[in-house]
Amino acid sequence: MSELKKTPLYQEHLRLGAKMVPFAGYEMPVQYIGLKEEHLNVRNHVGLFDVSHMGEIRVQGPHSLETLQWLTTNDVTKLQKGEAQYSLLPNNNGGLVDDIIIYCVEPHQNYLVCVNASNKDKDFAWMKDNNKNAILTDESDLWGQIAIQGPKALALLEQLLDFKISSIPPFKWTFILWNQTELMVATTGYTGEKGAEIFVPKEAAVSLWKALLDQGQEFGVLPIGLGARDTLRLEMKYSLYGHEIDENINPYAAGLGWVIKPSQKDFIGKSEMLKQKEAGLPFSLVGFKLLEKGIPRQGYTLFSFDNQEMGKVTSGTLSPSTQDPIGLGYVWPQYAQIGSEIYVDIRGRKTKAVVVPTPFVRPT
Amino acid sequence: MGFIVPEDLYYTKDHEWAQVDENIVTVGITEFAQDSLGEVVYVELPEEGAKVTQNESFGVIESVKAASDLYSPVSGTVIEVNNVLMDNPSILNDDPMNEGWLVRIEMDTEKELANLMRAPDYKKLINEAK
Repeated sequence: MSELKKTPLYQEHLRLGAKMVPFAGYEMPVQYIGLKEEHLNVRNHVGLFDVSHMGEIRVQGPHSLETLQWLTTNDVTKLQKGEAQYSLLPNNNGGLVDDIIIYCVEPHQNYLVCVNASNKDKDFAWMKDNNKNAILTDESDLWGQIAIQGPKALALLEQLLDFKISSIPPFKWTFILWNQTELMVATTGYTGEKGAEIFVPKEAAVSLWKALLDQGQEFGVLPIGLGARDTLRLEMKYSLYGHEIDENINPYAAGLGWVIKPSQKDFIGKSEMLKQKEAGLPFSLVGFKLLEKGIPRQGYTLFSFDNQEMGKVTSGTLSPSTQDPIGLGYVWPQYAQIGSEIYVDIRGRKTKAVVVPTPFVRPT
Repeated sequence: MGFIVPEDLYYTKDHEWAQVDENIVTVGITEFAQDSLGEVVYVELPEEGAKVTQNESFGVIESVKAASDLYSPVSGTVIEVNNVLMDNPSILNDDPMNEGWLVRIEMDTEKELANLMRAPDYKKLINEAK
């Protein structure tokens, strides 16, 4: 536990002058030249992210589909070869073990599950405990992962990989051979921008990273740290485990009902999750904007207009794109509609805020 | 990277600097502090006339990523506030040791200065922190 792990790109981050911090057991770049500049570079041009700390769990064999159906909330039977699916790993009490993406390599036979870095050991143990005879392998130490995101991301990738990435619809993936290395290139991401996430065998991660930075010069590429990764996903209202979702939050309250398919299948904790939903969930996740000065932060308390404690802020920042103080948090359902006025307790000061439509920004 | 740590100032362990001119103390954050915070986007400072206490929070400074308390190097009364920072907090990144001063405090007693660090000790502190 004590020794921090390093991704295959660790030396590159040092070379680029990154500020390194411990994150999910890894020493990771939190920023290179500055959070705001990096954030805007992704919105306006293109950015590279080292996401090699993410976990990869292989699910194989004739029972792979059956196992994934039981372990996850979305309908895995819908998933064809070359497709990806956002999904959830439910626990037994209506909350979540993690949120994940499943990549279908071969239906009924071979799937790659990408999980959060901070949860990968917990997830793998949970999956083994609830396995329905699939072959489960933790491949996290075999893969590097690089995300390329931004309006110029596809142009950069097409030039480097000599492949028409723009013809791949969102949430699909394909193998592409580059420099005698087989890459898994998926049109997924965590920023709301166009782009891809590339699974690269770790031995080739450095050469791919360098080639992307090199060829990316003409597209205005920058390496992007975890700081901007967080503000980019927050502007899109994408959930982050440990903030908007966790073991104790019903995913329906987090607005994730679109990836829960109870009428199509059975899954772990389904009856408890639905029982809570039918009883009426006490909270809803909303996006809000402060109407006064200040910045909302995780853990601050949200109050109703008549000063009753409702819930907590789960994420907050000064939006680098709009310069508005924005946040996500849980309020009573009657306060969830757009335009509801609420208060955020900022160090003892009740600061007025309003529930606004999300995502906070709409990338073109 | 070396940070500028002027010899004539006093320092707190929380990375504020204090410049003492008779009983008036000008307070700011150090180069090291601004570098660790990253881009400052918001500052909350006390009003003129507010009472402050040594080692207690007198304001907040926020970067895009996090909020940090500001701790007063001395006890006393705030006699001047650098209100320019409210509209232009990035001054704290560009020039924290001069233009980015936060408040001027009329201190209650010089004795408290003995609790602060001088430049050699502060340099030691930030070298260990790195």
